[in-house]
Amino acid sequence: MSSTDAPTAPATSFGGMQARSSAAINQASRISVRNLDFFYGANKALKGVNLELPDRQVTGMIGPSGCGKSTLLRVLNRMYSLYPGQRAEGEVLMEGRNMIAPDVDLNELRSKVGMVFQKPTPFPMTIYENIAFGIRLHEKLSKSQMDDRIEWALSRAAIWGEVKDRLQSSAMGLSGGQQQRLCIARTIAVRPEVILFDEPTSALDPISTLKIEELIDELKRDFTICIVTHNMQQAARCADQVAFFYLGELVEVAPAAQLFTAPREKRTQEYITGRFG
Amino acid sequence: MPMEQGEHIVRSYDEQLRRLRDMVARMGGLAERQVNDATVALTRRDATLAAEVIGRDAALDQLEREIEAFCIRILATRQPMASDLRFIVAAMKVAHNLERIGDYARNGAKRSIVIAQQPAIGSLNGFTRMARLVQENLKLAIDALVNDDAEAAERVWAADEPVDDVYNGIFREMLTFMMEDPRNITAATHLLFIAKNLERIGDHATNIAETVHYAVRGDSLPEDRPKADASAYAVVRPPE
Repeated sequence: MSSTDAPTAPATSFGGMQARSSAAINQASRISVRNLDFFYGANKALKGVNLELPDRQVTGMIGPSGCGKSTLLRVLNRMYSLYPGQRAEGEVLMEGRNMIAPDVDLNELRSKVGMVFQKPTPFPMTIYENIAFGIRLHEKLSKSQMDDRIEWALSRAAIWGEVKDRLQSSAMGLSGGQQQRLCIARTIAVRPEVILFDEPTSALDPISTLKIEELIDELKRDFTICIVTHNMQQAARCADQVAFFYLGELVEVAPAAQLFTAPREKRTQEYITGRFG
Repeated sequence: MPMEQGEHIVRSYDEQLRRLRDMVARMGGLAERQVNDATVALTRRDATLAAEVIGRDAALDQLEREIEAFCIRILATRQPMASDLRFIVAAMKVAHNLERIGDYARNGAKRSIVIAQQPAIGSLNGFTRMARLVQENLKLAIDALVNDDAEAAERVWAADEPVDDVYNGIFREMLTFMMEDPRNITAATHLLFIAKNLERIGDHATNIAETVHYAVRGDSLPEDRPKADASAYAVVRPPE
């Protein structure tokens, strides 16, 4: 049939609704998790997890409480090493090194892999000192270099305009959303490669939440990002690829558009459509 | 495979989705009836029935608006995901297809009123056959939607070819009548449009089947579907 015969031909394509599966995450990995098991004492919290965190992309991790997603985040920067009785087995490869090996320098690791927590955790110091504190642990900078670095970090965290005239005031006087952006500035001030976000907006109002999401979108140009969230829409908005965890297993990882429109696994489907909890 | 699904944690969400499914099924039933009655009105030269078909089209339009508004409400309030999202989007698309089908049926009914006033030409068996094929496909497509049946949808999608064959036959038949006697031109032209309408209805049924397949499986059927409509070339063949 010629096209002129069918001016009313109804559209049949779903266009953008169908995810192109591989293209979005076909990038070099910044971190490779291989056969990772994790134990809280005798309790196995992660079971044979394999996951690639693509360079300068956002990986979202979702799943019900206790599924292991926050545990994985805690493994990625060795937070668990602070607690006796907790151990990881397997590999977390970064630049070819296994970051969970005992000989890894934790200070160095944590300067490469920064973490932002659920509740803003400003130190009871000035705004300036909050940022300078972490930098001094890793680097010796002159006063002017330090000033530049602090302005850079606060600008990248989209809070410079709001605090530049009160750098010597206490950070405790900032609003919740500002405090969270300050914490993000503190994290990026040491110029990490990877930033981990553990439910970074669950204590924030919707506007502050959107500012953080916008910031994450901005930061992924330079940093590899991993975000744990209970808000599925947030994962859908922010993440390039999404990993669904259930009972310590990684059930499915896929580009966000695919996972949220046409997941492969039944357990993913049931969780994201609100059919079990 | 379509995944078997449990109930939502929020029960009112299940109720909304069930209600949406019922609305689309009801609209599908009404569209089927319109196509059927329009064809009967044509073959029996029944202007009264044709007028009823024309009058009932408003109900289809109203149902489409209701379905669309309800879908938008669910999208806004539930933020549906995965199969739920696909089903809701499918319901909106299918409602639109059904509304178009209704328009074609109404248009056919209008023309059949004119045809009833003209001298009868030939037999209208081809129309009866074409309408039956199209209605069958439409019914199967709607059933596939109601039952989440991707296989059935795929069968409908592949079954459009006989409709095209009958359409080609009618096209040639009408050309012949017109060549034989110019007094046939008015009726034959209207009949050609009616045949084209039926063919379009068949295409919409196929679209519904594609939509159902996507809603159930999450992937699209291939772009190319069996096609046999050669009427564009019935008089002059394009150069090879």
